[in-house]
Order: sequence, then C-alpha cells, then structure tokens
Amino acid sequence: MTWKAVPDMQMGNPLLNMGIFALFVLITLVIVVRVASRANRTATDFYAGGRAFSGRQNGIAIAGDYLSAASFLGIAGAVAVYGYDGLLYSIGFLVAWLVALLLVAEPLRNTGKYTMADVLSFRMKQRPVRTAAATSTMAVSFFYLLAQMAGAGGLVALLMGITDHTQQGLVIALVGVLMIVYVLVGGMKGTTWVQIIKAVLLILGAGVICIMVMFHFGFNLSALLGEAVAASPDGVRVIEPMLQYGKDPLSFVSLSIALIFGAAGLPHVLMRFYTVPTAKEARRSVSWAIGLIGAFYLFTLILGYGAAIFVGKEAILAAPGGVNAAAPALAFKLGGEILLGVIAGVAFATILAVVAGLTITAAASFAHDIYNSVLKDGTATPENEVKVARITAVVIGVISIVGGVAANGQNIAFLVSLAFAVAASANLPSILYSLYWKRFNTRGSVWSIYGGLISAVGLIAFSPVVSGLKSSMFPMVNFAWFPLTNPALISVPLGFFLGWLGTVTSKEFDAAKQSEMEVRSMTGAGAEKAVAH
Amino acid sequence: MASPNEPSPPTDPERRLPPHHNPLPELSGQDAGVISQADFERVQASDEFVELRRRFRSFAFPMTVAFIVWYFLYVLLSTYAVGFMSIPLIGYINVGMAMGLAQFVTTFLLTWLYVRHANRQLDPLAEQLRNDLEGGA
Repeated sequence: MTWKAVPDMQMGNPLLNMGIFALFVLITLVIVVRVASRANRTATDFYAGGRAFSGRQNGIAIAGDYLSAASFLGIAGAVAVYGYDGLLYSIGFLVAWLVALLLVAEPLRNTGKYTMADVLSFRMKQRPVRTAAATSTMAVSFFYLLAQMAGAGGLVALLMGITDHTQQGLVIALVGVLMIVYVLVGGMKGTTWVQIIKAVLLILGAGVICIMVMFHFGFNLSALLGEAVAASPDGVRVIEPMLQYGKDPLSFVSLSIALIFGAAGLPHVLMRFYTVPTAKEARRSVSWAIGLIGAFYLFTLILGYGAAIFVGKEAILAAPGGVNAAAPALAFKLGGEILLGVIAGVAFATILAVVAGLTITAAASFAHDIYNSVLKDGTATPENEVKVARITAVVIGVISIVGGVAANGQNIAFLVSLAFAVAASANLPSILYSLYWKRFNTRGSVWSIYGGLISAVGLIAFSPVVSGLKSSMFPMVNFAWFPLTNPALISVPLGFFLGWLGTVTSKEFDAAKQSEMEVRSMTGAGAEKAVAH
Repeated sequence: MASPNEPSPPTDPERRLPPHHNPLPELSGQDAGVISQADFERVQASDEFVELRRRFRSFAFPMTVAFIVWYFLYVLLSTYAVGFMSIPLIGYINVGMAMGLAQFVTTFLLTWLYVRHANRQLDPLAEQLRNDLEGGA
C-alpha cells in the first residue's frame, strides 16, 4: 500500500471533501467539549471515561478503533485489485475477536484498572512487569500511530488534490494538533464519542454503497462475482486464492498468525474494556464489535468487487493513492461528488479518531505504569498522574507529527502488521498465561514480553520489507536474511515458549495474589466500579 | 483501601466503592468494600467456584481450539490448495468463497453461543460468589 501522487487524476471536488471533513471536526469538537465540561477531572474519567459507557456504545467505539483507514481503504482496494485474497486477509481481522471474547475481555475488565500492565502485573513483581508491559504497549501504539499518520499524507493527495509534500506535511500536522486537542479536552470520554460517531458514519456509508452495488446485480452474489470475472484482466483468478500472496504463501500464513493472536493483545483495544461498568458489559461490547466488524468486512468484499467492475483494476491502480483509491473511486462513480465527499470525510475522521485512541493509550500507559507505579512507587496522586498523562499525550502528538511528516510517502504499511505481530508475540502470551496458568510468574512474564517484542521487531528489521527489494524501505542496501515479510510464525511461538521457560526456571510464586486474581477475574468481586456523576 | 500490590493514597475516592457509596460514604470506615485475603482463598477453594471455573473452561477452551483449527484449515487450504478452493459450487461461488463466508457465519454463531452460555451458566454463579465476597465482609 504505497501512497503515490498523480496530480492529473484528481477525483471529485476537493473543497467539498474538505468541507465535509471540517463539518465532522466541528461537530465532534462540540460534543467533546460538552462531555468534557461535565466531568473529566479524575483518573478514571480521563483514562476510562468514568467506566460509564454501555456495552453497545463501547462495542461501536471498538469497531471505530479497529476499522482504521488502512482496513477501510486498504481491504476494499485489495479486493478490487487482488479479489479473493482481500477477503482472506479481512477474515483474520474478524476471527481474532473470538480470542478477545472467549478469553480476554471479561477477566481483563474484572482485574484491571486502566492499562494492560494492571492485569499483567497483578500477581507479579510490579516494577519489572509494568516496565515491560508499558514498553510493549508504547511500541505497539507507536508503530500503529506512525502508520496512520504517514497514511494521512497519501489520503490528502487522493482526496484534497494536495500533491505538494510541504502542504501534505501541514495537513498531517493539522491532524496531529486536532488529535492532541481531542485527547486533552475530551479524555477517554471524548475520544470514545468521536469513535462512536465515526464508526456509525463509516458503516452506514459503506452499507449505502454496498446496497447500490448489489442493486445492480439483483442482490445475487454469484452475479456480482461473475461480472467481476468478466471485468477483470485476471479473469477467473480474481475469485480464486493467491492472486496476491501466491509468490510467498508462507508469509501470508505468518501474517494470519499475527492477525488472529494480535487483536486481543492490542493495548488500545484492551483499554476500551475499562470504559464499561462490568464484565457483562465488556462481553456485550465484544459481541457488538464482532457483529459490526463482520458486517463491515462483508461490505468491503462487495465494495471491492464493485470497484473492480465499475471502476476497473487499471483505473484504480492509476489513480492517486493506487489500491487505496478503490472505495473512494467507486463512491464517486455511483454517487458523484456528494457521496465521494462523505466517504472522504469519513476516511479523514477515521485517521483522526484512531490516532486519538492510540495516543490516549500510550499516554495512560506511561503515566500510570512508568511514572506512577515504577518511578513514584505508586505514591503519585491521581491529579499528578493525569497531569503527566496529558503532558505525555502532547509529547506523543508532536513525535507522531514529526514521524508522520518524515515517513510521508515511505512504504510503511507493514507497520500495521508489525503492530499486530508485536501484540501477538509480546502481549498475548503473557495475558493468557497470567489469566489461565496458575504457576506463571515474574520471570516468565518479563521474558515473554521482551522476547516477543525483540524477536518481532528484530526479524522485521532483517526481512525483505526493510531491505533488499525494490519495494523495501531501504532498497539500496541488503541485510535481509529473514525470508518472511511478517515475523509472527517465529516470534509468537517464541513468546509462548519464553513465558514457559522463564516460569519453570524461577521458583518465585505468589499464591495469595494468585487466588485473589483468579477469584476476581471469574467473579468480578472487587472490580473497579463505574463513577456516578 | 487499595489493593495491596498497588499502593495508592487514601485520598482517591474511586477505589473499591460500589455505586451506592457515591458520593463519599460517611457511615463506612476505611475498610468498606475491601475483601480480605482469607475470603479470596475460601472462595477459590469452594465447590461453587470450582464449578464456575469448570463451566467456563469446559466451554471456552475447546471452542478456542475449534475456531483456531477451523481458521488455519481455511488459511492453509487457501494458500496451499488453490485448485481445491477454486472448484465452483453454485454459479461463480467456489469452495474458497463458500468457506470464507462460512468463517463469518461460524464467528457470529460462536459469539451468540458463548454469550448465551455466559448469561445462563456463568453469570448467576459469578454473581452469587461476588455478592458473598462483597457483601459478607
């Protein structure tokens, strides 16, 4: 997914696109200021929105967090250009939610407070485990954040007709500044509302285009596929597997491991479970999220094939933004400037909302886990902690603006799959062991987190995505000795193995905390309650 | 007031207080809502808790194995058995497309089954134990 700018292929009316986006910003800002003015002073308000969201609201917000611009534009584009492989890719993102539903969401809500580290360090030595968990939280959030910010540059080229690098940089900076405002003013409550509004717009928008496409084919999937085969230069291969991944199927298997085990280890998703009052609402959140995300991927399947039919593979690849142009180009073809404007506005809103969610997660982890628990030994007042979280949010915002501008135009789409790979290798083994393996201890947790993190990042550094190929980040040099484009095939088993090895080589075990954690995780006794305002 | 491994100043009014204690309690002292270590150990050893854990694990663990096996079966067939996945079934819908759509169906189905199981089999027992711990201190 590279974002290339071709100036003469501008679609629609850039002013209209910008106008709709500005309207979204205005409406959400008003809402953020309103919810924030009521109450956003305590740590629970700032990090967890007072734990006062319903399961349905939080489920919609989770879908909003998860359906980033990369999945909206990227998956629809992958179906349009590569057909079946786009579907194959999207299924991993959906099935992964069953891990969260069955094993993670409820016990996490019952035992934690604000961050992933709360759960991982519950029955362990605080400092080493919190430091490790916060490190991996910030690494995952940063990879994800950078991918989103750099992607914003390409989106600007595609939808606003801005091809100049400096001007794109200004728009990236604007996105960053808006994100900082949302986080500082709105906290988790404001961010959640932005996600809810964005998710509803995104799913409705995709649904409308999807119905328009299916109407042409009498709501007959086979007829749609038949037309796609007829329209595609690849013929029948567009409905068969391996048009995209055929050259390197093992890398796809590795990616699918990252996807299915990664979603339930993404810190910004885990943190969402603290915004509901009970474990039962956390369960309801996930079932809503699964329904919405599943419906959305079914829409993207139809959008993708629709774009292949009505726009055509060559036209999509020639458009600014390349593969990512499929969904906007289809919207333009079917609904003209207005529908394109809505889709463009939603795509921008998506980037804005996702980066805000990531920023608040990283800021909470730094303030709660590193500043308060490790540096201050847990003695900082909640007011101080929140103050540090706010400062951290500004710092992260500035770093991500600088990083996003620097990475603009770079091929860094792999960062999203790297974020999933790190979440799957460093976070999930530790989460599952702490919840379900009685004997698990500090050394196991620390080895598993650092081992998964270092191996995932290290293997990517020595893979073809970073060097050796024309499409690599550094095409001029070659230090790639790891053949796969995703590390999960090695790093996920390694994370689980190191967790086991560290545990059995250490005698440390806190039986009292183990019984407290197990009873609390299963019953919800003593769990953090909602704040009544 | 705070959980023992997470020292926090007693000025934080949000810890361990059920909703009806808002605004701050005047009748209850420092220990309101705190569950003793002995209580956790007593409950962990109780028949009800063992039963709750058994009901949860006997559903969640086999189902997790099942959906992971089913998903990787689909991925491996898609990557290494392209010919099989390309066999047409109905019109232009081939085996691969049908299996892909079936992944959506099984994901929705499993979600529904788990929510139903949890609502009927887990929640009442968990609530009973929770009330025992939080109320009987």
